[in-house]
Amino acid sequence: MLPAGLLSTAYIAASVLFILSLGGLSRQETARRGNLYGIIGMVIAVLATAGYATGAFEGVAGIELSGAGMGVLAGAVLPGALIGAMLAARVAMTSMPELVAVLHSFVGLAAVLVGISSYMDPGLPVPAGEETIHEIEIFIDIFIGAITFTGSIIAFLKLRGSMSGKPLLLPGRHLLNLAMVVGCIYLGWAYTGQANHGGLTELLIMTGIAGVIGMHMVMAIGGADMPVVVSMLNSYSGWAAAAAGFMLKNDALIVTGALVGSSGAILSYIMCKAMNRSFFSVILGGFGSDGGAPAPSGGAAQPQGEVQEFSVDDTVEMLREAKSVVIVPGYGMAVAQAQHSLAQVIKELQKKKIEVRFAIHPVAGRLPGHMNVLLAEANVSYDIVLEMDEINEDFPETDAVLVIGANDIVNPSALDDPSSPIAGMPVLEVWNAKTVVVMKRGMSSGYAGIQNPLFFKENTRMLFGDAKTNVDNILGALR
Amino acid sequence: MRVGIPKEILPGERRVAATAETVKRLRKQGFDVLIETGAGAQADCPDALYVEAGAEIAPGPEVIWTETDIVLKVREPGMHPGTGQHEADMLREGGTLISFIWPAQNEALVQRLAARRATVIAMDAVPRISRAQKLDARSSMANISGYRAVVEAAQHFGRFFNGQITAAGKVPPAKVLVIGGGVAGLAAIGAARGLGAVVRAFDTRPAVQEQVESMGAEYLTVEFEEDGSGQGGYAKVMSEEFMEAERRLFEEQAKEIDIIITTALIPGKPAPFLLTEKVLENMKEGSVLVDLAAEQGGNCPLVEADKVVVKHGVTLIGYTDLPSRMPNVSSRLYGNNLCHLLDDMGKAEGYKVDEEDDVVRGALVLREGELKWPPPPPKVEAQNKAPEPKSAPAPTPAPAPKAKKSGGHGHDVGGEPASPFTLILAGLALLAVGWGGSNDFLSHFTVFVLACFVGWQVIWNVSAALHTPLMSVTNAISGIIIVGGMLQVGGDIASPAAILGAVAIFFATINIAGGFLVTQRMLKMFRK
Repeated sequence: MLPAGLLSTAYIAASVLFILSLGGLSRQETARRGNLYGIIGMVIAVLATAGYATGAFEGVAGIELSGAGMGVLAGAVLPGALIGAMLAARVAMTSMPELVAVLHSFVGLAAVLVGISSYMDPGLPVPAGEETIHEIEIFIDIFIGAITFTGSIIAFLKLRGSMSGKPLLLPGRHLLNLAMVVGCIYLGWAYTGQANHGGLTELLIMTGIAGVIGMHMVMAIGGADMPVVVSMLNSYSGWAAAAAGFMLKNDALIVTGALVGSSGAILSYIMCKAMNRSFFSVILGGFGSDGGAPAPSGGAAQPQGEVQEFSVDDTVEMLREAKSVVIVPGYGMAVAQAQHSLAQVIKELQKKKIEVRFAIHPVAGRLPGHMNVLLAEANVSYDIVLEMDEINEDFPETDAVLVIGANDIVNPSALDDPSSPIAGMPVLEVWNAKTVVVMKRGMSSGYAGIQNPLFFKENTRMLFGDAKTNVDNILGALR
Repeated sequence: MRVGIPKEILPGERRVAATAETVKRLRKQGFDVLIETGAGAQADCPDALYVEAGAEIAPGPEVIWTETDIVLKVREPGMHPGTGQHEADMLREGGTLISFIWPAQNEALVQRLAARRATVIAMDAVPRISRAQKLDARSSMANISGYRAVVEAAQHFGRFFNGQITAAGKVPPAKVLVIGGGVAGLAAIGAARGLGAVVRAFDTRPAVQEQVESMGAEYLTVEFEEDGSGQGGYAKVMSEEFMEAERRLFEEQAKEIDIIITTALIPGKPAPFLLTEKVLENMKEGSVLVDLAAEQGGNCPLVEADKVVVKHGVTLIGYTDLPSRMPNVSSRLYGNNLCHLLDDMGKAEGYKVDEEDDVVRGALVLREGELKWPPPPPKVEAQNKAPEPKSAPAPTPAPAPKAKKSGGHGHDVGGEPASPFTLILAGLALLAVGWGGSNDFLSHFTVFVLACFVGWQVIWNVSAALHTPLMSVTNAISGIIIVGGMLQVGGDIASPAAILGAVAIFFATINIAGGFLVTQRMLKMFRK
C-alpha cells in the first residue's frame, strides 16, 4: 500500500512534465528532450491511475478493478499502442496533416465515449447536491468531443483528398448552425435532473447533433484555411479533455486539457494572423465571404497579360549566375514530394558558393510548420530555413527566387489590391527580387480561387510541369 | 525652396551635382532648380536637357550663389577663376551648402564659411550606417574609382585580361592583385573578374574575406594574428610588425602578379606604406600598378599623384580624379545621393536640418555659422557596406510574437493588457461560476484557469518551425483522456459503461503512442 499523497504528487509531476515538454519545443535543441518529458509524464499519469484503480493507494477508495478488468485494460492498451506505433512509423511526412487530423478525431471520440460511460455509471459516487454540475460537465464534454470527432474526420478526408477541398456553403448556414446549437442546449436542459439516467436518449440525440455541427463547420471551410482548422481542432481536443477532467474530478486531465487547448488556440491565432483573417470568419466558413455567396472573383481587375515561360536550362543558368537564391516552397512541393531532390539541388548550389535560403510563409502547406518538417526530413539545415518576417526585407538583394508549388502566399494583390479576397494578408514579397521563377503545373489559381498578378510581372518566369520532374532535371543539369 | 547648381571650377573636374534625371527628382520633391549654364556640359548634360527636365538656366555663377536657398556642389568651394572671388564668400549670408567639404583637412575653408553664417553639410561626412547607404557619396564614388582603376590598368597593360587559346597560340590570363577590400576594392575585383582576369585580394579585416571570395577573388592572408577592423567599417592602423609581414607578402606575390590595384586608405590618415621598391623590381616588365591612394601619399611612395610614370619597367598610375573620368555616371550617382539626402531632410515642403537625425547630424559641419563638427559618435553600430548581398542572418532566432488579440477563446493574457470589456466579461463569468459552483468544483476550476495561463505563456515561445511537432505532441498528451477511460472500466466489466471506457482507452492509446513516436521521428530530422 502506498501513501495516498503519492497519487496527487504523481499527477502534479505529470502536469509539470507536460508543461516542460511544451516548453522544450520552443527550440530545436531542446525539442527532443521536451518530447521525452512528455512520454515520462504520460507514463507516470497512467501508472498512477492504474494504481488508483486497483486500490494500491492507502485510504483511497478504488474503483474495484477486478482481474478481468485488468485484462480488459491490457486488451485495449496493447493493440492501441501497436496501431499507434505503426501509424507513426509508416506515415509519410507529407501526410502529417492527415495523421494529425485523425489523431484529433480519436481524442474527440474518446471524450464522447468517456462522457457517455460516465453518465451511465459515474464510477465514483457523485457527492449529493452536485448532480446537476456533474451532468452539465458531461454535457459539455460530449458536446465538444463530438464536434472534435466529426470535424476532424472531415478535415482528414479533405486533407487526404477523398473529399473536395472546396468549401461547402449551404444557404443560411449560420442560421442552421445556430439552430443546431440551440437544439443541443434544449436537449441538454431536458436531460438534466432525470432520475436513474433517464436522460440517455436526449444525450445521444444531442451527441448526434453536435456531430453534425462539427461536420458542417469543417465542410464550410476551404482547403487554404486548413492550417487554421487543424489547429482549431487541436484546441478543441484539449478543451474536451479538460471537460472530461472536470467530469471525473481529475486535475491531471484538467491541466493537460487546458495546456493543449491554449496551445491550439494560439496556433489558430497565429495562422489567422498570417492570413489576415478573423478567427470567427474562418470557423464560420467561406473564403472572404460572410454573406453565404461563393467567393467573389476578386474584384473587377483580373490581371491579364502574357506570361513568360522558362525552360529547365534557363532556370539552371539563372541559378548558376545568381549569388543569392531564395526558395519559397508551398503545398505543391509536398504534393509532388520534391523536397528530397530540392535538398540535393541546394547542396549543389552551396558547393558553387551560392547562398541558398528558404522562405517559409506561416500558412504554407496544410499544417502549421508543415514545410519545416518536410525540409527537415530532406536534411536541410534549419539555419537556412527562415520565416517570412526574417526574409521579406532581403528580397531586393536576392538574385533569384524559386517558387515551388506556392501561389496565394506570394500574391502581390494581397498588398496592392484592396478588393482582393486576400487583401491585407501578409505575403512573401518575392517580386522584389531580380528574377522569380514560378514552378507550377499549369495556370490554375490557388486555393483562394484568385488569379495571381505575380505570374505576369516582367521579372517573373514560369516553369511549367511537375515540380518533382523539374527539380530532378535541374539537379541533373547542375551536376 | 530653390536649389542652385554651379559649374565646378576645379580644373579637370568634369562632374556636376545634378543631371537631368536628378533634376526631375528634385522637381518632384518640390524644389525649384537653378543651374549655371554649361554646368553639365562635360557630363553629357547640355543645358537643353536640364530645361526639358524643368530647371532654369542661370547665365553665371553669381545668381546661383546669391539667389538660392541651397547650393549643391561636388567639390569643396575654392577660388573662382571667373569672378576672382572665393566661392565661400560668394555664398549668400545664412545660405546652405551641400558638397564634399573634408572639414578635417580644410579648416580654413570651414572658418570662411562660418563667417558667412552658412549651414554646411559635408557629403564626405555622412555616417556609415545602413540607413545612410543610399546617400553615402563616398561609397558611390569609391565604386566608380575601383571600376575605373581596372579600365586604366587595362589601357596601359599590353595583354588580354582573360586567358585565350587561339590558333596562333595560348595566352595566360592576367593576374590581378587588389589590396584593400572596401567598396573600391570590391568594385575593382568585380571589374577585373568581368574582364576575365585571375584576381587575388588582400585586406586586414577578416570579415572582408567572405565578400572578397563572393566576388570571385582569392583571399590572401598574412601569417600574423591581428584584426584590422576599425570604427565605421574602415580598417585601423596596424602594428609595424604586421605591416612588415604584409610588405613581404606583396614582394613575394609581385613575382607572379601582372597588375596591382591598391585602395588602402584610413580616413584622415596618410595612406599606409604597403608597396616597397622591391615589389616593382619583382614585377615583370610591362606590369601595371594603380594606386587609388595617390592623393594621400600613395600606398607605393614611388607613385606620383595625377601622373602616369614608368619605373623599373612598371607603369605607375596615380590618377586622383578617377570618378571625374567617368563624369556621366559619377554625376548621376552623386546627384542621386543628394536627392536621397534632401528626401531624408523632408523635401522642399518640410525641409529641416534635424539634428536628431543621425545621418544629418553626422554630416552637419556648420549650422548658421556655428561649428557642429566633429559630430558625437552615431548611436547605431556601423555596418559593413560593400555592394554585396548580406551574409546569412544568424541561426533562426526564436520568434517571440506578442499576443495582441485573443485567439477567439477569450484567454487574453499574452502580451497587451486585456481590454476593459473582456475583463468585465471575465469578471461576470467568474461571478456566475462562484455563485453556482461548489467548493470542489471551484478548486478544479482554479487549476483549470491557471493551467490555461501557463499554457498560453509557454506556447508563445515555440518556434514556428516546430509547430507541427508541437501539434503532434499536444495530440499525444491529450491522449491523457486515457485516464478517464481507465476510471470507467471498474466494476462489472460487462456493463456498457465499462465497455465504452475500454473503447476510449483503445483510441486514447493510439493517440499516445502515435503522437509521441511521430514527434520523435520528426524531431530527429531537424538538424543544423
